Amino acid sequence: MHIIENGNAAAALGVKLCRASVIAAYPITPQTPLTEKLSEYVERGDMKAEYIPVESEHSALAVCIAASSAGARVFTATSANGLLYMHEQVQWASGARLPIVMCVVNRAVGAPWNIWNDQQDSISQRDTGWIQIYCADHQQIIDTVIKAYWIAEKVSIPIMVCYDGYILSHTFMPFDLPEQEKVDAFLPPFKPEYALSPEEPANLNTVTLPDVRLDVRGELAHSYMEIRYLLQEDLRSTLAVAADAEKRFAKIFGRSGDPYIESYRCDDADHVAVGLGSLTYQLRVSVDALRKEGIKVGVMGIRFYRPFPDEAIANALKGKKTVIVFEKALSYGYEGALTSDLKSALYEHLAGTVTLPSVQNFIVGIGGREIRTDDLTQMFRAATKGRVSREPTWIGLKL
Amino acid sequence: MDKEFIEIRWHGRGGQGAITAAKIVASAAFASGYAGVVMAPTFGTERRGAPVMTSLKISRTKIYDLSPIETPDIVVVLDHLLLKETDVTHGLKKGGIIVLNTPVAFESYGFKDFKLAIADITAISVEAGLPHGMVNTGIIGSLEKATNLLGIDILIKGIEEEFSTRGG
Amino acid sequence: MGTRNYRRKTSHSEHGPGDGGRTGSWRVERPVLDQSLCIPCKRNKEACFICWLFCPEIVISRTIPPRVDLEYCKGCGICAEECPTRAITMVDEAKFSEEDKE
Repeated sequence: MHIIENGNAAAALGVKLCRASVIAAYPITPQTPLTEKLSEYVERGDMKAEYIPVESEHSALAVCIAASSAGARVFTATSANGLLYMHEQVQWASGARLPIVMCVVNRAVGAPWNIWNDQQDSISQRDTGWIQIYCADHQQIIDTVIKAYWIAEKVSIPIMVCYDGYILSHTFMPFDLPEQEKVDAFLPPFKPEYALSPEEPANLNTVTLPDVRLDVRGELAHSYMEIRYLLQEDLRSTLAVAADAEKRFAKIFGRSGDPYIESYRCDDADHVAVGLGSLTYQLRVSVDALRKEGIKVGVMGIRFYRPFPDEAIANALKGKKTVIVFEKALSYGYEGALTSDLKSALYEHLAGTVTLPSVQNFIVGIGGREIRTDDLTQMFRAATKGRVSREPTWIGLKL
Repeated sequence: MDKEFIEIRWHGRGGQGAITAAKIVASAAFASGYAGVVMAPTFGTERRGAPVMTSLKISRTKIYDLSPIETPDIVVVLDHLLLKETDVTHGLKKGGIIVLNTPVAFESYGFKDFKLAIADITAISVEAGLPHGMVNTGIIGSLEKATNLLGIDILIKGIEEEFSTRGG
Repeated sequence: MGTRNYRRKTSHSEHGPGDGGRTGSWRVERPVLDQSLCIPCKRNKEACFICWLFCPEIVISRTIPPRVDLEYCKGCGICAEECPTRAITMVDEAKFSEEDKE
């Protein structure tokens, strides 16, 4: 059944369909309507879950960590400075290998205060060991929440489901609401290998020494380095698990796509725009406009950002003349993080075999600055004629 | 009017129900076969009584461009006093339609290049038994009469569905 | 041989001897219980057990009388500090080694 709702409602409905049993969140714009919706579901009895109000985002994730350790399917959500305030627990959740799903409703980070959309918040959490998936519309939001629980619980790694604040969170559009029976068939109840319980007490994530040592049973236990290596190893193999999730999802719901990237008119394109989130859909309009002018362009949205699907991306960009990366975030002091990641993937997989594409980096929509489609098209066109600048170029800057 | 792709901008005041009205029209448009419907409120500045804006794009195909409307076909104004605070015709296409809730006589308005449709929805709504100031359902009727957008039946059904799900 | 087949992918600890092994040898003072002052002993009822609750090494039993597992007791003295009736006193370990010699 199709319904018309905003992106926050799509996320909340996804969490409800997944039967999350513990929710802890602290409200922050533009995430607030999502957590309000969930608290309503719990209050009305539409959702059999504990909604635990907390005094901060740090506590919200701490509650989720505890509940997940005890075997609950948990959910939290945040934005911007809320995510940054959570940061210490963000690292903890992945190190503790807990399958927490968190929506990050992308918003600019302070200072100065700004409540509007860019992606600096989640991009700044790139290296925390979480899986990061970006959504381009409401169908992707609700479907990704459902897939995220399945993937997270398979690999025991937490997932951030990221979607643009306001542009998606507060905008209404139609999407198909999956049926509860189908979601239940897709996502079985969470059964962790070990859950903390009074019958089997333990201290979790206890201090590790620089070297391995025998545990209480006399078995040689991991030290910090082994535990961190396993996280990296499992993150890399998550790419295969994501492909399984996509197949399984397609079988049950009849909808499917590439699990890592979403390409539009890329096959015969000479110049390909790359980005994350709703921006990549807006760029489709620019692609259509430039195609009418006879310029062979395409756009590739990256859905899986961590683990980075480097091979899939490099293969898709093989033989292209130009790669134009539009980003709503910046690794301050250098360039967009996605740009650096792309260059690395291109070098790794294509260097020495074909001519490497030139890479142009555009920075757009910082702090909610309106992204006019005409401006995107104009800069896109300019970049197809040769690199505009070696440094990242800011579109829409009024300096 | 090109009925393949329609852009409607709604002007109201926070709490007046402009967003709900736009949402009802969005749902009705989707139900009548428009695959692409995107309704985006002005972001972050909604306060009761303050001027608010909502854009509604209606298309036969899925809409990928979520950026705000720049050149609307139609503007809907829920409060005539907004004309003093906001340039509601900004970007409005030549020959575009303004649907205005006002008690003031038609003759006193002089919009060049645009078509104007007025109704005193505030008074009509009270007559119809609604509490004073509830104008967001009435304005949908004016919009339909002025534009023949979707047909009145599907809009009435949309209004009924929207409010039947709103319990206490 | 490495830890590849270890049963978990995290660190954790279960009840039992810790990394220090049999830590009883670390002790400088030993807790000694005066049963005439100890609440559960006097009443012959499950009561108080503050010593059991506070022991950071979990070496005191929840029994009448409470027993200290001297294999692991490090002699920290928290039980003596917390006992509401001062039933536990910390006694110089040297005294017991003299006894042991005899």
